[in-house]
Amino acid sequence: MTYATKSPWVIHYDGSSCNGCDIEVLAALCPGYDVERFGIINTGNPKHADIFLVTGSVNEQNIKVVQEIYNQMVEPKVVVACGICACSGGIFHDCYNVIGGVDQAIPVDVYAPGCAVRPEAIIDAVVQALGILEEKSKALQAQRKGA
Amino acid sequence: MWYDMSLFSVLIGTLAFAVLAPVLGCLLAGLDRKISARMQGRVGPPLLQPYYDVRKLLEKDNVSVNSTEGTYVTCALVFTLIAGGIFFSGGNLLMSVFVVTLSGLFFIVAAYSTRSPYAEIGAMRETLQVMAYEPMVLFMAVAFFMAAGTFDVAGAFALTAPVVTVIWPVLLGFLFVLTIKLRKSPFDLSYSHHAHQEIVKGITTEMSGRTLAKVEVMHWCENILFLGWTGLFFIWGTPASVLVAVIVAAVVYFLEIWIDNNFARVKWQALLKSAWVVALVAGGVNIAVLAYAPYLM
Repeated sequence: MTYATKSPWVIHYDGSSCNGCDIEVLAALCPGYDVERFGIINTGNPKHADIFLVTGSVNEQNIKVVQEIYNQMVEPKVVVACGICACSGGIFHDCYNVIGGVDQAIPVDVYAPGCAVRPEAIIDAVVQALGILEEKSKALQAQRKGA
Repeated sequence: MWYDMSLFSVLIGTLAFAVLAPVLGCLLAGLDRKISARMQGRVGPPLLQPYYDVRKLLEKDNVSVNSTEGTYVTCALVFTLIAGGIFFSGGNLLMSVFVVTLSGLFFIVAAYSTRSPYAEIGAMRETLQVMAYEPMVLFMAVAFFMAAGTFDVAGAFALTAPVVTVIWPVLLGFLFVLTIKLRKSPFDLSYSHHAHQEIVKGITTEMSGRTLAKVEVMHWCENILFLGWTGLFFIWGTPASVLVAVIVAAVVYFLEIWIDNNFARVKWQALLKSAWVVALVAGGVNIAVLAYAPYLM
């Protein structure tokens, strides 16, 4: 078994969202939902994070930032696109500066659509992401043993 | 005497501390998070959450920015264990204080070695914290010497009354700086233990995976050592006094959790000024009274 799923630390980045999804992400940390029950901690440091929660679409301004945060995160890591803008660009998809969903910048593991995405949906997406995180963690361990 | 500090007893003490302190410290950290969550109206993580965190960090990939950072952090951890070994084997209190300060310096150098601007801000803040608490911690050791007649921790078991009866102002001053040493709000300037966000993550910004796991374990051991120092105030010539010391340490830690959850972080100026004023008033006056009282009578 791996411990990656028992202590998932998240980092949250707001691409160009309207803040609706950001508020829901933070709501998940509040007493009502209390995701720390599952060992989830909201960290501000990419090097400490296992799960990357992105809200809002990717545009010409923030694509480098999204990629920089993703690259600084330590393997194993997973990405969750929170909200329809992060999934596909949402209602902003045909704006002149919007490139599209987060998957245009970095590989996305779980999509959680919604406008705004419900805290329940975020928690559900994170639980799905944990399954993927465990697989990645096992793969990394196998690779280490092989090396 | 049997409690004379010898290399052998320190070695045995260090080995015992290296095994027991992480276990106790881990449970204490888990309890801390649980109680903090309850104080905030949340359920909180499982008791063993700090253990899961460290196990996960050990599974992470190694992406250290240089090879020296991990070495410095290892040194910091080892010197914390030695400081604990000196203290709990009944050795020299002053030496324990100095060795744990050396550990703190290694931790600061580790952060500086990464040359990250964010880690450097954390390192500067950690330096300020050391400056703030060190005078009071030294006063604590000196006051213990004046009350017990020895720097040897084991010497406390030869007393007819615990040192707290003579140096209670020093205990109050020490409890004030204990908040800094335990990295509790309002004095958690360089690195907070909870999900607070700061300038990235203070002194641990560049530390990840295995290195961060060592920092966590070091923090658990430090907490046990500092609570040991607190308990020392209540030790006298009966084995039952150990129980009193443990109860006092538990009450003090609960009080620290309460303070942590009720006070917002202060600026470094307030930290430094308040810590030095407290050290001067509580420590300085108490030591002056102990030093000059015999001549006045």
